[in-house]
Order: sequence, then C-alpha cells, then structure tokens
Amino acid sequence: MKELRYEAPADVAAAVALLSRPGARAIAGGTNLVDLMKLGVETPDLLVDVDALDLAGVEDTADGGLRIGAGTRNSDLAADPRVRSRYPVLSRALLSAASGQLRNAASTGGNLLQRTRCSYFTDTSKACNKRVPGSGCPAVEGLSRGLAVLGTSEHCLATHPGDMSVALAALDAVVHAETPDGPVEIPLVDFHRLPGDAPQTDTVLPAGSVVTAVSLPPSRGVSTYRKARDRASYAFALVSVAAVLEVEDGVVRDVRIALGGVAHKPWRATLAEQALTGQPATAESFRAAADAELAQATPTAQNAFKVPLARRLVVGTLLELTGADL
Amino acid sequence: MTTRSSLTLTVNGTDHALELDHRTTLLDALREHLGLTGSKKGCDHGQCGACTVLLGGRRVNACLTLAVQVRGREVTTVEGLGTPEDLSPLQEAFLECDALQCGYCTSGQLVSGVAVQQEAADGWPSAVTEDLTAGLSGPVVLDDAEVRERMSGNLCRCGAYRGITAAVLA
Repeated sequence: MKELRYEAPADVAAAVALLSRPGARAIAGGTNLVDLMKLGVETPDLLVDVDALDLAGVEDTADGGLRIGAGTRNSDLAADPRVRSRYPVLSRALLSAASGQLRNAASTGGNLLQRTRCSYFTDTSKACNKRVPGSGCPAVEGLSRGLAVLGTSEHCLATHPGDMSVALAALDAVVHAETPDGPVEIPLVDFHRLPGDAPQTDTVLPAGSVVTAVSLPPSRGVSTYRKARDRASYAFALVSVAAVLEVEDGVVRDVRIALGGVAHKPWRATLAEQALTGQPATAESFRAAADAELAQATPTAQNAFKVPLARRLVVGTLLELTGADL
Repeated sequence: MTTRSSLTLTVNGTDHALELDHRTTLLDALREHLGLTGSKKGCDHGQCGACTVLLGGRRVNACLTLAVQVRGREVTTVEGLGTPEDLSPLQEAFLECDALQCGYCTSGQLVSGVAVQQEAADGWPSAVTEDLTAGLSGPVVLDDAEVRERMSGNLCRCGAYRGITAAVLA
C-alpha cells in the first residue's frame, strides 16, 4: 500500500469536495477497498471516511416504502423487521452474501460500488481492461468459468459480484447520491453499466459523488432470492435470481426478475418479464420466459453451464413463489 | 502530507494512545503495537476469519479494518473473552468438545462463536433460517445447520468443524 492521508468530513458537502480531488477514495466498511489496496489494485492517496457522515439507518417513507441510509450495514439491513417481512428478497440476498463478519462491516453504499472479483482484475501481474484500460482481457481466452454470459463485450467479461444489488434491481430501488453538481436519483437498474468499450467504469455515478441512500417503493407481491454457488456458504454466485411475483387467479399479473453472477451489472430480465406477464403461473410459462431472456446469452465454453443453470434457477424460484410443491 | 494520526484504541476495556500510519490495519495495530497476538493473521484478505474481533460488540475481520477508522470504539479480542485461569463458557466448551487441533484459527472461531450466540439471541436470521420473521419476537434457535452457516466465515484447515459446531451449540 502506498502512503495516504485520511479525512473524516463533517458533512456530505465536505465529503464531495474531498472526493473531487484526484487520488481520493471513499471508505466505509473497507471490506473491498482495503483488500484491493493490499493487492495494489486500488492506490488512493486520500481516504475519505464516509462513515463519519452518519448515514446509517432505515426509515419509513411517506409512500409506504423504505429509505435505507448508505451507511446502513448489510447485517442491520438484513435483520430489519420491515425488510424481513415486506422485502424478503432483500433480506435473503444479503444473508446469502459474504460472511457474518463482512456483513457487519459492509455498508449499503459500499456494497453498490464493490468491484468485480474477476481473477484478472485482482492480479496486477495480468492484463485487465478494467484495471488498466486498453491492456486487454485475458479472460476472453482464459479463465472465464465464473464470468459473464449476458451483456458482455470483447473488452470485458467481468461480473458485478454482489447479491444485494440484484435484489434491489428486482425491487425497482432508487440510488440517491450527492454529486459535485448537486443531488441525483438514479434507478438501480441504470446505476451499474455494461462494459462496452469502457469496462474501467462500473457505474454511471459521477466522480466525486457520495451515495447517501437507497429507496424502495412500497412492497408488492411475494419475493425471494436464490443463489447457486460452488460452496454451500460464503461464496460468490455462479447464478442468482431475485424475483418478485404477483399472481391473481392463476395468472401472472406482475413479475420482476433480476439475475446475478451473469453480467457486468445486476441483470433485469425484462424479456422474461414481458413474456410472462398475463400468462398462467405454471412451470411451462416460467420456462418459456427464462428461454426468452437467455436466448441473448453469449457464453464462453467455460461458462456455458450458466445458461441452463440460470434457466432452472429462474423456473425454480418462480415455482417456489407460487407455492408449488417442489 | 499527513500520513499518520494520533488516536486512542479501546481494547478489552483499556485505552491505548497510539500514533499510527493510516495504512495500519486493526489487526496489525493489535499484534504489532499492542502485543495482543491472540488475533491471528491467516489470509490477511478477510477470507479465513482468524483475525475476527468484536467491534462495538459485533464481529468483524480486523485485517480489513483500518485502525484509524475505529478510534474511540470498543474492540474486544480473544484476550478479552477469558483468561487461562478463568475461561469463558465458549472456551470451556471448545475444550470439552475437542474443537481444535493446531489452534491457529481458534481465537477467531471463539470470537466469532460468541458473536453467533449473541446474533441468534438477538433474533437475527441467517441464510438457512426458513422463516425470516421467526426471530422477530425472540431468539433464533441454533441447530447444526444454523451454526455451520453462521460460522462459514471462519475456516479451519485441520477440519475441526464438528467439534466447533458442537461447542457453539453447547
């Protein structure tokens, strides 16, 4: 790690001013940033402690939703009674992520901004377009088993590694941030980017910004999160599914599906949602909807297994939500 | 450029005034500056759990925590759980259940185990808790599956997991 300064700003405006300096990075729980600093992937010379901003806490909103402060720890959010009873998909996603120790440290804002765990990104002896733009992507012809199958580019196969953001994508969450040009609200589904020819940029958040909160609209339907991984616990998703389902008289009235572990961003499965809305809530329609989404997959030989895995996981998750006996 | 800070770390109830490089992790501060070597450096990347300490009563990986960020907050290490003459209940249970072999991961397992018992008492669900709302009105009852899931952030290369699980349940 290189030598660095540390500042604990008094308010959000001061944090934005500090973060607008080159070489500055925001730190909250540090679970991702400190690790990347040890690896030499992140080399900040100024850390701005956004925990000093007192942004933790979950509040009810006037419209019946929730406002989650960016400093809220993953463990507190997962255990919040309102999240557990009204947004189980979010509790389940958080509880499936990382370990008890990491969830106690990891913040909501930091979780949104965590970097990919692609092994080429974290290995500074290798090329990586995300870490060193223009250096190349060894994953295309190398190790890609854990990497993306949707929305990929020739420049990057990295995935967004998180679980929380996948649930937030299915919940139509909105990210609130203070930027150097003032406050912004960005729908979660638009917050993370696809790699295209600029994989070094993970999100649309302008440089120098501080994420202040995430808001959830009022809860609807039933929801849950399922995650397929190589170990039973404490592993990143190979594929995960967040689903919110409303069924009336056996017909799908509304459905929202997001996939994790398969793309550079939480992947909202809009084609599947369109295919399913108005259809009978049966395994057959669920399979057709999953196929409609996954037809656009561009897997490598190593990660082609993710496509049928995602299909089965979507169908299984939706069946679980209909109360079908699995 | 100021790359060091003077700060107070409160560890096991005692205040320590230190001047530390901002890069210093809580783990290195404990081990190298305070001589508290109970917390172990295994992977140094938050993957093994050997460095687990309580921060404000909650378990965290000390290797991923910068000391400067926890100034003034209460840190509890394995040295604060019990003493050789007066072991804590979980330490007694580890002996009873043969919950270790080489012992390198044990301090992290103990600190994590104490936290797991508290989290369940507080009604926190886990990934294997079937009914997320079950703990809203009281503790979550731990069983084998719950302990294995909740302790998954602590690795044991000797494979003493059966004993560890039994000790946390004892």
